[in-house]
Amino acid sequence: MIRIGDAPRVRRLLIGTALTLTALFLLLPLVAIFAQALMSGIDVYWQNLSSVYTLSAIGLTLLVAAITVPVNLVFGVFLAWLVTRFDFPGRRLLQTLIDIPFAVSPVVAGLVYLLLYGRNGWLGGWLDAHDIQIMFAWPGIVLVTLFVTCPFVARELIPLMQTQGSREEEAAVTLGASGWTIFRRVTLPNIRHALLYGVILTNARAVGEFGAVSVVAGAIRGQTNTLPLQVEQLYQDYNTVGAFTSASLLALLALLTLAAKAALEWRAARRETAT
Amino acid sequence: MSIRISQIDKRYGQTRALEPIDLDIHDGELIGLLGPSGSGKTTLLRIVAGLEQADGGSIHFGDRDVTRVHVRDRRIGFVFQHYALFRHMTVFDNVAFGLTAMPRSRRPSSGEIRSRVMQLLEMVRLQDFARRFPAQLSGGQQQRVSLARALALKPDVLLLDEPFGALDAKVRQELRRWLRHLHEELHFTSLFVTHDQEEALELSDRVVVMSNGRVEQIATPDTLYRHPANQFVFEFLGDVNRLEGDVEAEVLTCGDARVAVPGVENGRQELLLRPHEIRLGEQPDACAHLPVSVTAVVPVGAEVRLELEADWLGEPWLATISHAEFERLDVKRGKRLFAQPSRLHRFDTPRPQTLAPLATS
Repeated sequence: MIRIGDAPRVRRLLIGTALTLTALFLLLPLVAIFAQALMSGIDVYWQNLSSVYTLSAIGLTLLVAAITVPVNLVFGVFLAWLVTRFDFPGRRLLQTLIDIPFAVSPVVAGLVYLLLYGRNGWLGGWLDAHDIQIMFAWPGIVLVTLFVTCPFVARELIPLMQTQGSREEEAAVTLGASGWTIFRRVTLPNIRHALLYGVILTNARAVGEFGAVSVVAGAIRGQTNTLPLQVEQLYQDYNTVGAFTSASLLALLALLTLAAKAALEWRAARRETAT
Repeated sequence: MSIRISQIDKRYGQTRALEPIDLDIHDGELIGLLGPSGSGKTTLLRIVAGLEQADGGSIHFGDRDVTRVHVRDRRIGFVFQHYALFRHMTVFDNVAFGLTAMPRSRRPSSGEIRSRVMQLLEMVRLQDFARRFPAQLSGGQQQRVSLARALALKPDVLLLDEPFGALDAKVRQELRRWLRHLHEELHFTSLFVTHDQEEALELSDRVVVMSNGRVEQIATPDTLYRHPANQFVFEFLGDVNRLEGDVEAEVLTCGDARVAVPGVENGRQELLLRPHEIRLGEQPDACAHLPVSVTAVVPVGAEVRLELEADWLGEPWLATISHAEFERLDVKRGKRLFAQPSRLHRFDTPRPQTLAPLATS
């Protein structure tokens, strides 16, 4: 059988193009980030990294991820379980609603939260009266990040749980297992790879989110700047090296995430071939 | 443990999945639920298990009313069509699941669990496979694991949903015989679903034939085959040939075919007969003049299957004859013969009727 692209010349051309484009569009920018960050030497890099503002941005970013990831992990599993294991009126609607954060631009999401919780917002007056500040403080940042990242886990789990069906859980219940035992010993082990993958994606987005966060954060240096906001602000201040230093941290996180994902996929593939 | 099902019914939205159904199963009985897909047999089984809720009626296990009892407290064993083994657990852990999932206060010690599981695996002849994963076993082996798992808690009632449906014919045969054996040995009450009439007839003490959410007949395999309650049961339990024609003076005519039908009133009539109720001869006899030609010859096992066609037949007939008969008549494709029905069945009368038009043998 002759396939398109079987001729050696065509094949070399196609592979060459793909590799060149990958290098140009994906690899080069990544290298550029680290090159720029280290332009003035390792000492300056280290100085930038250990500045109070950068450290605070790192801290806030980690805090946001530390809250967002577990909350959305639980929420995502709950949602996927609900949608795939029960039939109730509004199930399809719920499945569509899950995708809203994907469909809406993050900036719009940020604005909506501002409208709701801001000083002149619907709930803002009440919050203000009770001296609770959500906007322009870390709770607001966490809220919008939760919104933006909430579909990731559920989206990973729903197709998998749909194809797996509920037969194993039914078998477990006929054997007298309680709901929690079934979840812990039957459901969870079957979905753990997809779940981890969902968590990795959630984490990546929580750390890297810019649009929604920039609307509600208010850009108070050293207080409400996450790493992406910090990058932008430093760049606006013509502190290119500083901006790229923070950017290199984000890039590093991205690389770690990718490595974790690859490791998971590799392990899953090895399990497949083992059985 | 006996099972008493009374007035169980079930709807899915507008469609009625089960008409109110009554069924009494005696202690230690092996009952087959037989029917085409969509007949409600699986729904009934799942309601007995508690995996589905009936809209009305009640279910008793012995004296215990289990209608409102949760699945996990019904003490049933359930075997699924596609095994539903826990894919990430070894065979051992699968069988042990019911025991290890018990609350700590009632759970046997790990030593006891170990010996019980090994004993079960020995019973299903899989003791060497304890450390394997389900995906490393054949279909028949997986189904045996699933049986062992269902029996681990010594259930009062064993329910099986098309247990051998996904297996090939030879393995199915073997597992059937083995289940029959196991049933006689352990004496649990069991209810199984199948769409395979041979399986139902071979395994069951009694068969419940269902269609469209209704029970058509409940009877022993023998009675079911010899005295089907209606045309549905007759047609579902084996191959059927049809003969349709006008009856006048106890003779049915259809084109150039004629056959004596003693006791049948005048008018358009439909009669049915099984493949083995057709005899073949070189000449017509006094009672039957049914010219046919042979269009296919298939020797299977102890008999030869023939496909017969004629202009007076709407759809071809299937006849089975012995090898001796086959040789005597020198049957070949295209050969013209005369059919002589040894029996004819009628179901359009209030009670099913069987007539024997053969005067001479």
